[in-house]
Amino acid sequence: MELAKSMMIILFTGILTDNFVLSKFLGICPFLGVSKTTSGSLGMGCAVTIVMVLATAVTYPLYHLFLVPMGLTYLNTILFILIIALFVQLIEMVLRKYIPALYKALGVYLPLITTNCAVLGVTLLNIENGYNFGEAIICALGGGLGFMIAMLIFSGVRGRLERCPVPKAFSGMPITLVAASIVSLSFVGFGGLVDGIFGAV
Amino acid sequence: MSYMKEFTKGLIKENPTLVTLLGMCPTLAITTMAFNAIGMGAAATFVLICSNVVISLLKKVIPKQVRLPSYIVIIAGFVTLIQLILQAYLPSIYDALGIYLPLITVNCIILGRAEMFASKNNVLSSALDGAGMGIGFTLALFVVGSIREIFGSGTWFSGTSFEIQVCPPIMEPMTLFILPAGGFFVLGCVIALVNKIANRKPPEATGCAACPNRDSCISLEKPAEKPENTEKKEENK
Repeated sequence: MELAKSMMIILFTGILTDNFVLSKFLGICPFLGVSKTTSGSLGMGCAVTIVMVLATAVTYPLYHLFLVPMGLTYLNTILFILIIALFVQLIEMVLRKYIPALYKALGVYLPLITTNCAVLGVTLLNIENGYNFGEAIICALGGGLGFMIAMLIFSGVRGRLERCPVPKAFSGMPITLVAASIVSLSFVGFGGLVDGIFGAV
Repeated sequence: MSYMKEFTKGLIKENPTLVTLLGMCPTLAITTMAFNAIGMGAAATFVLICSNVVISLLKKVIPKQVRLPSYIVIIAGFVTLIQLILQAYLPSIYDALGIYLPLITVNCIILGRAEMFASKNNVLSSALDGAGMGIGFTLALFVVGSIREIFGSGTWFSGTSFEIQVCPPIMEPMTLFILPAGGFFVLGCVIALVNKIANRKPPEATGCAACPNRDSCISLEKPAEKPENTEKKEENK
């Protein structure tokens, strides 16, 4: 019971209060770049979630079984980015060969994920926060789902924004950033929600 | 001098953050204080100059097909170096930058300059280009960081010996500006202001659409659709 509770706390903290995009500023590039349409947001969100969970599942054991015993923990950035780059390629090939339908839906987004800071960020954060393996996976899942929710909400906002007359200097990216600021402000409202539901940690 | 031009173009005309809209994550995340902004800018500038020099030296050695992974490994190496240096000599900056320091590795500015410039030009102009882009990035971070710190905390350069109390203590600072929402808002306004001054049509998109390594990303998949921004930049040259 305790275990389930702590898992739920990590999951919902990742999705709502510590949203990767809107409060940690990880993965801003795809958040602003791909969120023009709902289908694009959904595809990118799914692809990022899958890669985040799988990348954590691979890098976490590597760090603890390989880098820590050898005293090479300072190499984690290099190792993780290499693993992520290789891994994204691998997922792409596997999907293309065995699940062509899913590949068709997500394939375009996969190469863009290598340089997504949310993926490298979540693997590094899991190490930094000293999570155990289960918690690390849940944290990655929560981060990915939070990313997807933020993108979906924001794609709706942008749909409205396209049809609004805005001052010339603000049109395009500046007004998008201001809109993102308001969405981010609404997520501040979730602060304390997780503690309220599950009791203080 | 053309070398001088390589250096100065990054400062304002092609400022990586405010004009080409690259490297948004650190711009938004660590600009709650002007001092952190300078620390982040300096670290990124160091990595940018070093990686530009090395990539420019190795441009004939690296096979075209594996160039992106090679660039990433070179950049990650320098990021690890600056991480260790900061941890040893400036632990306060190391703690303040936290997770965003290793994330310089995936900063689009650095990969973008490697792909767009260093892999095509000689060592000296690549180094100057790196320095100019890095200083331009630092300037943008500093402007956003100063605005957010002055409005949000009422101080300027807190955490250093030059700390200035800008707002009188009886005034309540607007905490909104140091919240994440304030970051988006201030950056949006600064970009709009730059557009207004330069009387230029604002860029439509950022991230993948404006990211210079996008077409190489996509070309793994299908023949590249060239992002418009890249074309514009080439015209400028």
